[in-house]
Amino acid sequence: MPQLDLLKAAAESNHWTAILPELLLGCLALFLLALELVLPKKQHGVIPAVAIIGQIGILLGLLLRLYPSFNGQYTFSGLLHHTSGGEFMRAFFLLSSTFVCVLGTIALAKQKMPRIEFFNIVLVVSAAMMLLAQSNNFILLFVSLETVTVGFYVLVSYFRTNPLSLEAGLKYLITGALSSGLLLFGIVLLYGVAGNPTLPGSSANSMDFTALHTFLAANPNNFLAALGIVLVLSGVAFKIGAVPFQIWIPDVYQGAPTPVTAFLAVASKAAGFSILLALMGVFAPYKHLTVTVLSLMAMATILFGNLAALTQHNVKRLIGLSGVSHAGYLLIGVVAASVLPANLAGQAVGAIYFYLFAYLLASFAVFGVMTHLAGGDDSDQELEHYSDLGKTHPFLGAVLAIGLGSLAGIPPLAGFMGKLLIFVAAFKAGLHGLLIVAIIGVVISIYYYFGWIKAAFFETWRAPLLEGETDPRPVRTSVGLAAGVMLASLALATVVLGFYQGGLGVWLLNR
Amino acid sequence: MNSLPVDLLLLSIATPLVAALAISLGAPLRLAKGIATVAFAVPALIALFLWSRFSGETQHATYAFYTVYNTGLQAIGIHLSLGLNGISLPLFVLAGVVGLAAGLYAIQSNAERLKTYLVLLLVMQGGLMGVFASVDIFFFYFFHELALIPTFIMVGIWGGKDRNYAAMKMTIYLTAGAMLSLIGLIALYHKSGANSFDLITLREALLAHGLKAGVQNYIFGLLMFGFGILVSLWPFHTWAPLGYGAAPSSAAMLHAGVLKKFGLYGLVQIALPLLPLGVIEWARPLAILAVVGNLLVIGFITIAQRDLKQMVGYSSVMHMGYAFLGLTTFAAAGTFGIGGVVLMMVAHGFSVALLFLLSTSVYHRTQTFDMTEMGGLAQKAPVMSAFFVAATMASIGLPGFANFWGELTIFFAAWKFSPLLTTLAVTGVVVSAVYGLRSVARVFFGPQSEAFAKVAAEKPVTDLTCCEKLPALILLAALLFVGFWPKSISTPLNSALEAIYHPPAAVLAPAETAK
Repeated sequence: MPQLDLLKAAAESNHWTAILPELLLGCLALFLLALELVLPKKQHGVIPAVAIIGQIGILLGLLLRLYPSFNGQYTFSGLLHHTSGGEFMRAFFLLSSTFVCVLGTIALAKQKMPRIEFFNIVLVVSAAMMLLAQSNNFILLFVSLETVTVGFYVLVSYFRTNPLSLEAGLKYLITGALSSGLLLFGIVLLYGVAGNPTLPGSSANSMDFTALHTFLAANPNNFLAALGIVLVLSGVAFKIGAVPFQIWIPDVYQGAPTPVTAFLAVASKAAGFSILLALMGVFAPYKHLTVTVLSLMAMATILFGNLAALTQHNVKRLIGLSGVSHAGYLLIGVVAASVLPANLAGQAVGAIYFYLFAYLLASFAVFGVMTHLAGGDDSDQELEHYSDLGKTHPFLGAVLAIGLGSLAGIPPLAGFMGKLLIFVAAFKAGLHGLLIVAIIGVVISIYYYFGWIKAAFFETWRAPLLEGETDPRPVRTSVGLAAGVMLASLALATVVLGFYQGGLGVWLLNR
Repeated sequence: MNSLPVDLLLLSIATPLVAALAISLGAPLRLAKGIATVAFAVPALIALFLWSRFSGETQHATYAFYTVYNTGLQAIGIHLSLGLNGISLPLFVLAGVVGLAAGLYAIQSNAERLKTYLVLLLVMQGGLMGVFASVDIFFFYFFHELALIPTFIMVGIWGGKDRNYAAMKMTIYLTAGAMLSLIGLIALYHKSGANSFDLITLREALLAHGLKAGVQNYIFGLLMFGFGILVSLWPFHTWAPLGYGAAPSSAAMLHAGVLKKFGLYGLVQIALPLLPLGVIEWARPLAILAVVGNLLVIGFITIAQRDLKQMVGYSSVMHMGYAFLGLTTFAAAGTFGIGGVVLMMVAHGFSVALLFLLSTSVYHRTQTFDMTEMGGLAQKAPVMSAFFVAATMASIGLPGFANFWGELTIFFAAWKFSPLLTTLAVTGVVVSAVYGLRSVARVFFGPQSEAFAKVAAEKPVTDLTCCEKLPALILLAALLFVGFWPKSISTPLNSALEAIYHPPAAVLAPAETAK
């Protein structure tokens, strides 16, 4: 009888409406499969459009708050914790998967590849990321993280006729498995030590973040727990691409299809940060340890990312390594958020969210241009392919300049505001050493971002073509309607958010 | 708060930006030229109108025409607040007038891809008006960067010799400088405890709570080197001659004439009054760098230049030495030298812009910047040579031109600080006379060189056209007006300086004074 009560209570906390957007995304993915079966082959072209419009519809529902609100509550027996930050990340992931689908239609058109599965996998990965951002339990965290990672195994090697894509898939598989292993080992250690009934504060349900936090607060000097924490952080560091777990980035970013690279660079990194923010709260009693580990990581990440990007000629590798340095700046924000007292920590978290959003806008602008410039061999995208872009395609050139400027953190673009907010938070937290490293990093980064802009705009001498020689630059795709609207709104949002943050700024900084 | 029917300050920032947008949306070339002319004229007219209306009676803590807008970041103390005081007013006028001259000169030039060029210049102009109209130090920095970015692009696309290298070098140096000063400003924001980027709030907070001497020293150090790189303080000056040598003329006029004054303005308006102990601590090293480095070393390097535009670039680096020297006199001579610095900034802005304009006009006739391949231009182009001689005299600092008053005041103030450094600095005037007069002699007088004779035979040399004369005339008139009537600037300037500068002890943390 008591067991029945327990089950009944558990069932009552299963508010399925709380995960309505994720459910809708899953249904959309299934609906696409059904469409593929039902529609004649000629009309398969509508499937990507259905995927994009469906996602925009779900996103609008989220932004207009049409779904029942569970803000501040725990559902599914404490598996999920709904917060305003989680809401923000949900919209963030949905927005990025929509952009990935738009870019996917352009990139897939250049390959002889099955077109439909791509969209299915992107939708499922996006739904898993949305759950990840709200998880309050290691089981749910691990399951949704694995769903994301397995989806990416397929996506990274999607261009299976391209050897570099296959190589990237294999590399991602091996390093991804390693990182999952580290994460799982850390989780098991924490679970085991927190379930030890001889220790104070132990709990049978120590996969739960709340229970784990109570245990850690009662045992602030447990070696096994500390080891578990470091291992969990290492696993997450793989996702965000922080040194020393960044080795997979250049090769995988180069080999993966450009839209997938964008998905990895933006959504997967952001997913890592949303986990990290949640975990920093759980691991707060071990602040001395986590802050030291993350500070060292941030310094190494900023310096490595920027220095390694200096010598790159392949733009996919370049943006991958520049993304490593962005992870470093964001880590400064995470450190600041955990050092600052509670009333100011909210502003630091808001700064991280703003930075991520600015990073999303700028990255998709750049990746959008890259998708248009890629040829049949998607991994072969060199800086010299960008020559004369400003003259032949002024629109793509302008979008590229705005995107790169924002990534470099140049006012009046959104990326600068993100950096400023992070720097202000870091200053309030007294992280002077990290700030100095960040400044050095920003100055170094100007060299390669500006080098890219230079390649696209400034005229340089090129050897005239000999007879029988073909132009090494791939043919540039002309901009379609959907991509044009997407790129123009990304560029516009990047500029406007630099001047005027309005409601978004108020909401992020006063949450 | 604002006594004007519309916010003219916001209008002066927005007009060039809106015009840039309109042109980039695809206005035909003739219409684009018309739009640009209006958009350059509006800020200049607004600046002159506000100058005439500025009565010295201030509406809000030394600021007139004060308004505040909310942009969504008030949680961390950022508002767009605009206003003018006696220090920013002359520089606001400088930005408007030099902007008009540079704009007119660009419109008449037949640059390749003229529309894009005008768009970038207009963005720069909008940023420049914003820099000097901002009361909020965040937006002060923000507008500076907005004006800076187009400079890099213009050097890279329309630049001359070594443009790729020059653009890259400028970008890296200036970003480093801007980043250092940004950290300095954030430090000031945080340490003041005001939790606001608003200059008025910061000032009140610092007067109420004070700041420890050690903190003042390090923040001032950050700001001094950060702004110093932007103002080409020796030995961080190497971007300047190279960049100006390569930059297209209108960009060089706006950057050397106006944008470079941002760093000095930041020191005068923000760093010195808020961190007086920092200035006193750093005065001696800064003065030595300025006099030995900027004035003497760069002065002699300038004499050795053969390239006309690089020479003007070096001379502008050299003249910044007077400005830095003037700043260091704060401890010894109070605000007297600071006033001289502001006068000097305005005067130098007009004269260097005029020199860059004329160098490019010379280039159009001789097809070279190499001064050894010119000569005898005065016979064929008497008006141009008259303008050039006047601009050179102004830049040397002859009485009757605005520069004279600035340099004179700085020397008087510097004598109280250090007679030795002042003596060395005065010899700098001789150095600048040497290279100034030598360049006049090489370009305009003496026999025609063989190379120039060849060029002149192919394309007959003409005097300045009307379109070239107009911007040059505007700048020369401004130089003479300030030269003969410096009071128009100095009266509001002195009252503003007296209002915002306080004895150093007033900005010291009370805990420290008690100990």
